[in-house]
Amino acid sequence: MMAAPVESVCKPSAERSPFSATSFQKKSRSKLISIPGTRPSVQNGQLLVSTGVTSLDFLLGGGLAVGTVLLIEEDRYDSYSRMILKYFLAEGVVCRHELFVAAAQDNPDDILQELPAPILDDVAIHKPAEQPRLPCETHDSLDSMMIAWRYQNLPKVQSALASSSRFGHYYDVSKTMEPEIRQAAKCHRFYLPEHPTESSTTRSPVLKSYSALLRSLQEVIHREGFDVAASMSKSRNILRIGLHSLGSALWDDDLSCHDNPTHRHSLTAFLYGLRALLRSSLSVAVVTVPSHLIQDRALMGSITRLCDNAIALESFKGSERETNPLYKDFHGLLHVRQVPHLNCLANQLPDHKDLAFKLKRKQFSIERLHLPPDLSETVSRVSRGELAGGATVASACGSGTSGNKHLDF
Amino acid sequence: MYTELNSILSTGPDSFTQGDFILVSDRQSDASFLIHHFLSFYLRARCKVCFLGLVQSFSHYSAVSQRLGVSLAQAKEKGQLVFLEGLNESLSVLIPQETHAGSQDMDFLRDPAVGLRSLYEFVQSSVRSSVGVEEGAEEWGPPVLLVDDLSVLLSLGVSAGAVLDFSHYCRATVCSQLQGNMVMLVRCDGEEEEEDGDDEGSERLLKGLTHQCSLALNVQGLPTGYCRDIHGQVEVCWRRRQGDGQNAQKKLFQYKVHDKGASFFARGTSSAVL
Repeated sequence: MMAAPVESVCKPSAERSPFSATSFQKKSRSKLISIPGTRPSVQNGQLLVSTGVTSLDFLLGGGLAVGTVLLIEEDRYDSYSRMILKYFLAEGVVCRHELFVAAAQDNPDDILQELPAPILDDVAIHKPAEQPRLPCETHDSLDSMMIAWRYQNLPKVQSALASSSRFGHYYDVSKTMEPEIRQAAKCHRFYLPEHPTESSTTRSPVLKSYSALLRSLQEVIHREGFDVAASMSKSRNILRIGLHSLGSALWDDDLSCHDNPTHRHSLTAFLYGLRALLRSSLSVAVVTVPSHLIQDRALMGSITRLCDNAIALESFKGSERETNPLYKDFHGLLHVRQVPHLNCLANQLPDHKDLAFKLKRKQFSIERLHLPPDLSETVSRVSRGELAGGATVASACGSGTSGNKHLDF
Repeated sequence: MYTELNSILSTGPDSFTQGDFILVSDRQSDASFLIHHFLSFYLRARCKVCFLGLVQSFSHYSAVSQRLGVSLAQAKEKGQLVFLEGLNESLSVLIPQETHAGSQDMDFLRDPAVGLRSLYEFVQSSVRSSVGVEEGAEEWGPPVLLVDDLSVLLSLGVSAGAVLDFSHYCRATVCSQLQGNMVMLVRCDGEEEEEDGDDEGSERLLKGLTHQCSLALNVQGLPTGYCRDIHGQVEVCWRRRQGDGQNAQKKLFQYKVHDKGASFFARGTSSAVL
């Protein structure tokens, strides 16, 4: 019950091999059941999926390991964290994974309708009804080609691949995903107002809302065969779990309302149960938490430690930094709080700690924060004191006093 | 196990002091690499090990121990290792099924006020079973208890007092009665001087355990900031009373974790710097 390294997926099939006369077992991975949309990590062979944001994949060491949780500390207005959640789900649709979306504020259907459109050049557009493309199948006579009639009977997709062979795709956020593509993916929903919480006499620290969510997750994992221990007869797939805004008041939690919450350990106990579920199934989860509302830093530390990967988004919107010329190329700062080292000793922290992100139309880019070249007439460098937030910017002569005049020679 | 750490602590699998309580703590850092060291160390020393793996799955420790040259699956088969997979057992408690009651060891999840009594009873039964040895079973050395980690119990609602009681009971059984060793990991956040940020009780737990232990290893990040080549510093404190009445002796080292081990060096002597 690992975070699904590649070997555990292939082991049972190797045991079923009829050629067991010798004890020699070839170390090849030819018997491996490959799951579309995954690849093994170069560091330790773990199975990785893409988050939908290629620069985030790079930060996390190549991708999100199957069986782990990514915690996203929301930015103040939940715009960019929600965007990353949608990227994650959209990537699941494109890779034909199954989705599980849970929310208390918005209906999961609304979130699913806002998924960004993938930029498809080599992705086969999957038609919901998989009919065999027999050459004798008649098309509408209006569609029949007159000149290029030899191409008449080829399938309409550009590539013959059943699913995209690329790891990590790009999305156009100005368009939403077409309904045919979205409906092709199997999606499970959990909308909290639809789940009346039954009263129980348990004194468990987990809130009723979270335990209902855990129960629903366990049911889906078990029913759809995502358990690692499930039979290998059917093809395996990955379950992508997106949990929106846990810890907010709409989940009946008062973590973000009070300094001394009564349900102090509810979210952490839930995250513990979530980790237990994930380690024993072929699934991966992204959880967003409104951490800017949680005053207790120690509690935030426990929440972070119970997730495997953790990043925090800090958008410039509405803050004084929005108009600061230093940050004009970016939308906000991104902090990597934690990177796991599962099944190995050393972890791969990113080289640079001062990262900033920008949401462009076709890409969510995360870069090292750098000082833009100052091409104005007056050479005025902002002093270091205005750079709050510990961003060690590689400014060459940044500590000059403000109001420098252009040097006249 | 890490040979450099063995020489720092002046121990080896053939010669280590018994009845020790080793406390591993970290502050805004990750000291789990030391737990892997002690696990492989005591397995090599042919001790009977009881491991409470509360935060990761068995296969994680198994994969890392493989790189350190020890096979956990084999040790488990031979009866040398008793492993409690906290994550597995917790699911049956957190999502109660009507059919079966679930395991007793993680009972504190059902009601944290109850405390860690059932967990202690699990520990007691696994370390004492080495006393009554059946015919043909291998003879193992003194029992060792490893816990990874104690702070997750605080996150799950158990009070710091209950965790201190648990560690006290375990120390009385494992270290005093059976002359075995005990290694526990405690994780802290925030600065040491903050008193009002201690709602979780982790500072109180750390202080209480530091008084109980005989050897403390505190792992922290570098005070000068993040560095790729030096992962942090380890402060080794011997708390056992020496023969001449000296109470505590402290030493500070810097470390770097690689794929197959960790190297420890005196401050400023990292190979990246020299």
